[in-house]
Amino acid sequence: MWRLQLIRKPWRCFSTSAGVRRWFDSVGPAAKDPLQAVTEAFNSDPFPQKINLGLGAYRDEQGKPLVLQCVQQAEEKIRGCNLLDSVSAPVASATLVEECVKLVYGRSVNVVKEKRFAGVPALSGTGACRLFAEFQRNFFPESAIYLPDPTWTNHHNIWANAHVPVRTFHYYHPHLRGLDFAALIDDVKNAPDGSFFLLHPCAHNPTGIDPTEDQWSEISNLFKMKNHFPFFDMAYQGLATGDVDKDASSIRIFLEDGHLIGCAQSFTKTMGLFGHRTGCLSLLCADRDQAVRVKSQLQRIAGAIYGSPPVHGIVLLSTILGDQALKSIWFKEVKAMASRIQSMRAKLRERLELTGSSLNWEHITKQVGMFWFPGLTPEQVDRLAKEFHVYMTPDGRMSMAGVTTSNVRYLANAVHEVTKCR
Amino acid sequence: WLAQQATHHRLRTNRLSPPFHSSLLLYSSHLPTQAAENSSSSIAISPITVESRHFSPSHSQPSSKGFPRYQLQPPSCIPSSVKSDFFPSSLCFQMASSVISAAASASPSACPVTDLLKGKAKLGSGNVGSLFIKDKGNPFLNSKSCGRITMAVAVNVSRFEAITMAPPDPILGVSEAFKADNDEKKLNLGVGAYRTEELQPYVLDVVKKAENLMLERGENKEYLPIEGLAAFNKATAELLFGADSPVISEQRVATIQGLSGTGSLRLAAVLIERYFPGAKVLISSPTWGNHKNIFNDARVPWSEYRYYDPKTVGLDFEGMIEDIKAAPEGSFVLLHGCAHNPTGIDPTPEQWEKIADVIQEKNHIPFFDVAYQGFASGSLDQDAASVRLFAARGMEIFVAQSYSKNLGLYSERIGAINVVCSSSDTAARVKSQLKRIARPMYSNPPIHGARIVANVVGDPALFGEWKAEMEMMAGRIKGVRQKLYDSLTSKDKSGKDWSFILKQIGMFSFTGLNKNQSDNMTNKWHVYMTKDGRISLAGLNLAKCEYLADAIIDSYHNVS
Repeated sequence: MWRLQLIRKPWRCFSTSAGVRRWFDSVGPAAKDPLQAVTEAFNSDPFPQKINLGLGAYRDEQGKPLVLQCVQQAEEKIRGCNLLDSVSAPVASATLVEECVKLVYGRSVNVVKEKRFAGVPALSGTGACRLFAEFQRNFFPESAIYLPDPTWTNHHNIWANAHVPVRTFHYYHPHLRGLDFAALIDDVKNAPDGSFFLLHPCAHNPTGIDPTEDQWSEISNLFKMKNHFPFFDMAYQGLATGDVDKDASSIRIFLEDGHLIGCAQSFTKTMGLFGHRTGCLSLLCADRDQAVRVKSQLQRIAGAIYGSPPVHGIVLLSTILGDQALKSIWFKEVKAMASRIQSMRAKLRERLELTGSSLNWEHITKQVGMFWFPGLTPEQVDRLAKEFHVYMTPDGRMSMAGVTTSNVRYLANAVHEVTKCR
Repeated sequence: WLAQQATHHRLRTNRLSPPFHSSLLLYSSHLPTQAAENSSSSIAISPITVESRHFSPSHSQPSSKGFPRYQLQPPSCIPSSVKSDFFPSSLCFQMASSVISAAASASPSACPVTDLLKGKAKLGSGNVGSLFIKDKGNPFLNSKSCGRITMAVAVNVSRFEAITMAPPDPILGVSEAFKADNDEKKLNLGVGAYRTEELQPYVLDVVKKAENLMLERGENKEYLPIEGLAAFNKATAELLFGADSPVISEQRVATIQGLSGTGSLRLAAVLIERYFPGAKVLISSPTWGNHKNIFNDARVPWSEYRYYDPKTVGLDFEGMIEDIKAAPEGSFVLLHGCAHNPTGIDPTPEQWEKIADVIQEKNHIPFFDVAYQGFASGSLDQDAASVRLFAARGMEIFVAQSYSKNLGLYSERIGAINVVCSSSDTAARVKSQLKRIARPMYSNPPIHGARIVANVVGDPALFGEWKAEMEMMAGRIKGVRQKLYDSLTSKDKSGKDWSFILKQIGMFSFTGLNKNQSDNMTNKWHVYMTKDGRISLAGLNLAKCEYLADAIIDSYHNVS
């Protein structure tokens, strides 16, 4: 084969300063992703007692990231497996989808047994939501998505990027620091029939406030009347109460009531598989044939975004969920994570009450899941970062997973300091 | 009447709460054949059957009595002239379900169902809401108009009814047909994945070593930043442009990790749609099938430039230049860096220079898809020559990379999008915008493949081994090309020039066979390939070259 000789034509070799068409002059700098900004600010802070409560990632008692036992064992198990085998990747995908669907809807419900679901592995929760948003735009081009106010900020970006109009419905009641149920019901009622709603099935992000079972039943019933489509973003199954079935109870209420549900599942936080981008998108269908068709469309849409999902995470997740022993280990570990978070909530509340603060800190232990949403003002959030080196997202959301017995007292004092003048 | 029917079977509850839940299947017992006259003001029901299934959490089986069926006959109150001829079944569903829901929610005496049936209460009006007023148990509907009543009872009619099956992937179809074939002579030349001489998938040794290293280190699984693994991004840009390239030293490249070639192309497509609205992408005819899907879904318009010349089984260079020249100024020109897919036909270095000339003349933006660096010729640098030629001219360029083939990491989805800019400041801004596109797509990219690449490229010993393995893979393909060519020329006495097999490069070869001839390859010779005449040499071994030669000669000469 010939070697390439660079044919030199000096008059063509423009240097960068010599008037080459500059295409990207109009490209402005994007605003930093708030979470990444927090992490960067934290990393560059030299203060020894600094605390990072920004990222919703579990940390152990020493404040270190945790690789779960079940994951380590699964890694060993798949070590040396030929993942290129044209059989293993599709088989692992199918196992993953089936196990995910059983996990969230229940093992023995008819919709699972009769395979009336269209399920595909997805790039974690973000990827699953985006896949659904693209599907929604493709097949329901006139529809909008209703997001709770507030919600994970990326939800807005996801649907906007998929060119689906975004609306919000009332969720958080700032004075009560609880659920604004009446306004929520009103919004659901007033939305046009057949609207698409995104719901957090447990451990609402960022508020940690979940409806009660009765409230879920009412919402489900109203959804039926209005023929709304319930889309659940399940990111914390097991991490909210420690019990995977209990955490899925809202979805199961809807399922029993006959809704054909859509569900995005993420295992990044509950299994510590952050970097692998493993999750699942499932849509319940009227029958098996429809499920096959809908699945083919999901795969087609995914094919033009990333081709196929990354195999390593798929094999890990399907190994863990598909193996009874590994799955039991996971159940125990996720319960332990949830318990530690719950005990940190209790300690924090205790410490805050001990500071002599006049405010009511009940909501710390009432809120569920990884996040504490104290309803701080931007100034208070700023003070916490600048004066006390405690970092969180700009909306004041704090990840309790970053709280340890060694920093809880410091944190309580810091929060007391910025809130006591109120 | 309907309400009575319904309530007798315990449908009366405004909230179908556990343990009882009923799902009603409603279907027309016959299809309507003609429009009814006079149908505007009255509502008729064709005979429909209601099937009720009882579910409860504790019973996963339907009730032991089976599914009770109700035959709903048009009540006698409806004039017979209206009732039976035609009623769209979809409206039947709505009608029936609405009525059932009305029945379900109201006590029988409060339910003037016959009014509904006589058309006094039209669907879609607030009148129907009056059916609910008296029922205390239903707090969500009051005397104000509640709007349209739609299916308040869960029915198994999903909103996905109209969704059809997506078109099957043509290449997957080939593999499936191959699997189903029991003939022992069968040969799968559809697959675009490297196979060994034994026709097995191949995990590179360096990949196994890198994975072992990673396991031993016990690295955590934390999120990567949105732009991906820094070590990977650095390595991939240097690999592509050359570590001593000014674009690297001047920090003029915005690189972010993407999900293999597909994911990287999609990021670029979204950037194009956002910042170059209306700009077209010119793609070669033919090109990799997924290019069109990616640009379609990203809403980026595209058109084709001539590329493959069936007469010569080579490059239609004049046509290519003409079409690039004719495109509106500021178009994006999608170029395959090396080993064009599906033809295997690459421009010569002189031709690349001319292509660069015309692109600069027209102020187009070159957009390279580099999926085979190192895999085409066996040399990483040689395969990057086209990209480096353009970069050396100071042009602003898009380059998508994939490590699927050259590191065998197909299913790990590792690649990158690189944007060469006029300044480092611009590169920083472009990078920030690419991150903003990635975040709502998948938040951050998968870690495993990135770590493998970073480990292989970052370790001199592993890097050297990788280069050797790539040479081996490329060498095997060159070997089968040679053997195939030799077999063809020795067996075919017609004097046809088969040298295009040697001139083409990479995994694929366009044989010049048309659809009928390709079908003959499959049907008669059990050689599986795509209908455009493309064969994947990665699926061929030396042992089968003669057989393949026979098949090609037969198909070419004896089939039209």
